Amino acid sequence: MHELSVVLHIAKTLDELAEENRLSRIGSVTLQVGEVSGIMTDYFTECWDYFKKKHPLLSDSRLKLETLPAVTFCEGCRQEYETVRYGRICPYCGSERTYLLTGNECIIKEIEAEDQ
Amino acid sequence: MRVIELHRSVTESNDRDAARLRAELKEKGVLLINLMSAPGAGKTTLLIRIITDLRGKLSIAVLEADIEASVDAERIEALGARSVQVHTDGMCHMDAGMTRTGLEALDLDGIDLAFLENIGNLICPAEYDTGAGLNLMISGVPEGDDKPLKYPLMYKESQALVLSKLDTLPYFDFDVEKFRERVLFLNPGIRIFPVSARTGEGMEALEQWLSEETAKWQEREEHA
Ligand SMILES: Nc1nc2c(ncn2[C@@H]2O[C@H](COP(=O)(O)OP(=O)(O)O)[C@@H](O)[C@H]2O)c(=O)[nH]1
Ligand SMILES: [Mg+2]
Ligand SMILES: [Zn+2]
Repeated sequence: MHELSVVLHIAKTLDELAEENRLSRIGSVTLQVGEVSGIMTDYFTECWDYFKKKHPLLSDSRLKLETLPAVTFCEGCRQEYETVRYGRICPYCGSERTYLLTGNECIIKEIEAEDQ
Repeated sequence: MRVIELHRSVTESNDRDAARLRAELKEKGVLLINLMSAPGAGKTTLLIRIITDLRGKLSIAVLEADIEASVDAERIEALGARSVQVHTDGMCHMDAGMTRTGLEALDLDGIDLAFLENIGNLICPAEYDTGAGLNLMISGVPEGDDKPLKYPLMYKESQALVLSKLDTLPYFDFDVEKFRERVLFLNPGIRIFPVSARTGEGMEALEQWLSEETAKWQEREEHA
């Protein structure tokens, strides 16, 4: 149920934002999702559509998903490579001393909203 | 309609709630430790051992969130320690809001040290700050020495790590030195406690650390 949890956190952030900015309705939410964030986008959209019906601020909102590529850095040879393609082991030097630079994030990029 | 640019991580509002809760717990002098692991790594068994060993020294309470076993809270209460089971409705982690609600039900009066037994899962709990003062992770010998490679975030987010079920070492090809090296590569500052809650091996060092950390947390800042 990771996806539904994430939806709940987003809704909470948007509730706070709507209150601070006196927004009445949110038309769209653009979310940037890292390739290895563990979020399944199809299932996430289903969760969103299920949840929004019960949440007036979001009931007509459209979800726009953008994917952020995952990039890993190798400490062995100090090069970067595509995480999804090569995984944890550096394709250049075979080192295991690698870490993720980007691709893990889940960011609310922007929303479209109507004022009260 | 107007566009509002946010560029906010989805965890940001939770981070604020967590910081607020942590400050309140500091004020109250209650050290909350967030206990995270895979299901069955030995969280409840370890807690039972700690509560028994530290009886009379520290007043301990437990917030049970692990969906695996609704009997966990009862096992803790049988020892005479305060415990509450939170109903997590299929969530994969505890967040700061749920932790706060649980702690309110628990009643922290007179408590020195509270544990949150987080939901058994190696991924999601590491992503959400619960408001705890310390994160303690458990990794069991039967899970294998390659877990730090597969689930690095939890090892990075923890201040201490218990390598549990040490008594099972003879039955698994688990390389303790290699494991230690992998963990320290991810998190050079982490404290590692190899322990068996069954035989008691290693428990003293862990309990000593818990006592010291509780005392540190309860120190008042004298300069004002
Ligand atoms: N051999 C051995 N088994 C253990 C130890 N700690 C826990 N276990 C067993 O591991 C299983 C899961 O333990 P439990 O504490 O319920 O795990 P939790 O799901 O993380 O709370 C139980 O069958 C325990 O008896 C230990 O130190 N040694
Ligand atoms: Mg348990
Ligand atoms: Zn390399």
